[in-house]
Amino acid sequence: MRLLNVFKIATKAIVLNKTRTLLTMLGIIIGVASVIAMLAIGEGSKESIRTSISAMGSNMITIKAGADTRGGVRQEASVMESLTLSDYEAIKAQSTLISYSSPVVEGRGQVINGSNNWPSSIYGVNPEYLNIKVVGLQSGSMFTDAEVQTASKVAVIGQTVVDNVFPDGQEPVGQMIRFNNIPFKVIGVLEEKGENTFGQDQDDVVIAPYTTVQKRILAIDHLNQIMASAISEEEAPNAVIEVSKILREQHKLTDSDTDDFTVRSMEELISTFSSTSEMLTILLVAVASISLLIGGIGIMNIMYVSVKERTKEIGLRMAVGAKGADILMQFLIEAILISITGGVLGVLLGLGSTVFIEKFLNWPTSVALYSIVISFAVCAVTGIFFGWYPARKASALDPITALRYE
Amino acid sequence: MTKEIIKIEDLKREFTMGTETVHALRGISFDIKEGEFVTIMGSSGSGKSTMLNILGCLDQPTSGIYEIDGVSVKDLSRNELATIRNEKIGFIFQSYNLLARTSAIENVELPLLYNSKVSSEERRKRAIEALEKVGLGDRLHHTPSQLSGGQQQRVAIARSLVNNPVMILADEATGNLDTRTSYEIMSLFQELNKQGITITFVTHEPDIATFSSRTIVLKDGNIMQDYKNDNIQSAANELANYLNKTINYETIKCI
Repeated sequence: MRLLNVFKIATKAIVLNKTRTLLTMLGIIIGVASVIAMLAIGEGSKESIRTSISAMGSNMITIKAGADTRGGVRQEASVMESLTLSDYEAIKAQSTLISYSSPVVEGRGQVINGSNNWPSSIYGVNPEYLNIKVVGLQSGSMFTDAEVQTASKVAVIGQTVVDNVFPDGQEPVGQMIRFNNIPFKVIGVLEEKGENTFGQDQDDVVIAPYTTVQKRILAIDHLNQIMASAISEEEAPNAVIEVSKILREQHKLTDSDTDDFTVRSMEELISTFSSTSEMLTILLVAVASISLLIGGIGIMNIMYVSVKERTKEIGLRMAVGAKGADILMQFLIEAILISITGGVLGVLLGLGSTVFIEKFLNWPTSVALYSIVISFAVCAVTGIFFGWYPARKASALDPITALRYE
Repeated sequence: MTKEIIKIEDLKREFTMGTETVHALRGISFDIKEGEFVTIMGSSGSGKSTMLNILGCLDQPTSGIYEIDGVSVKDLSRNELATIRNEKIGFIFQSYNLLARTSAIENVELPLLYNSKVSSEERRKRAIEALEKVGLGDRLHHTPSQLSGGQQQRVAIARSLVNNPVMILADEATGNLDTRTSYEIMSLFQELNKQGITITFVTHEPDIATFSSRTIVLKDGNIMQDYKNDNIQSAANELANYLNKTINYETIKCI
């Protein structure tokens, strides 16, 4: 009852000082709105950076047979034949941090179509390879698991190969080509990817089922490598550890043995990704805290002035029976109401400007729920914190001095 | 026997200013009975303001007894003092001290807002009654800036009445008003006093004392005089005389 009355008194004071209240609120409104908009832009950019880095296959993991020493001579890793299909199956079955995986066998040879020919590489893989490499098809389709099972002579080719063996603009899908004299039916064309960071043309490839490449071209039964992708960039290092463990078991290595394989992740890309997003986050948090702090100081300033300005009124209220606690609550409620109303308006303005930025400036944005919760909470807390001091000062006034104050 | 509203015995109030001790009140004793209209007079530095602050429970005596309506004030906490002020005293100030941009009725309701025993309907009802009592029944929703000085002081008087206090404490209540309005306000006070309300009026103007039933004169922290007024002037008559004089004067001027 009494608190309700004090609440009424506080709202009345706010309504009576519309302009002042609005100006104070403006600090909070802009503070909260900018936090939300900033974080939305930040999250949006983070998201788009994440997408583009992921497109480079940042969560890719490659497993190769390790180098070994035979008769005192260090052997090239590819010579080793220690990586087998059962290793791949073990990883696929046991790993929890791997989303896609594919065996890889590779060879070089000549791609021939009629009178045109072109030297290229052939990769024997399974359909998941496209997901690992994050590449799509511009036409046709990828071969299926069934075609892998039956070692079908089908191939998906890159744009460079298309340009060189189909120079007169023929539609390659459905055509027959030969690779090292083995005929393949072209069933799809890869999207152009350009060169990778080492200057290798990523479009100069022929992709076929690994069974076909193993049996018909290379005549081997081991794998050159296994490619996989971790469920996320952050989990890639853990996935490396997990895969290593599976392979050590698979290869029956004792604790004293060194790995006879290597597992690598795209560490450079991952660290680029995490440092970029870390920097963005720090920057945004800094901007956010500064604007909220300024909003808070605005509240304190106004409440402080308001206490000074209304000293006589406080004296009167005390003379007619207001207790210190009543005065304290009055000013505290005023501060909290200003900051909470400001907070709500700020959230709305923040969401509005985010939509505006997205629609008219075409910046990627993503409103994070946590940014709303945090900015709102912070602004309520600053309201209480910065409202407390002036309110406390008002409640401690001596009624006689306050009444005489001019 | 009439009830004692105020009981003061050997009341002292000292202030320490650095190393010096100022004796504002040096052992004062008097009672105020229900229905009295007392003026407390004195020049500056007589201890008048200190007396007012203590009477109003805004300040506490250094030693001695001060009881209001049977409650000893000396050892009460800040909050308990606030409750006493809220329930037992009605304040009227020289400069009205109304809340700006707030309607008359809301100004009058103010003391009741700090009394949780009064419901909002009763609060409104009592505020309207109080305003009607001071003749402002038709000005309920005017803000102070829309009222004359005399009307503002009437709102303040209504505010002091609204909590049914045992005593109204007025501090130079006519100090800011012209002669005519002063008479009007004084006649309102006399009317309220006739209805049985105890009034203590602190002033330095000797004229005011002639309207009260008793005068206490303070000097240097002591009571110099404390006398009953056998010949109470009627402020309403004075007002009529005053108006006649003004009219006569105007008539003379015209001729």
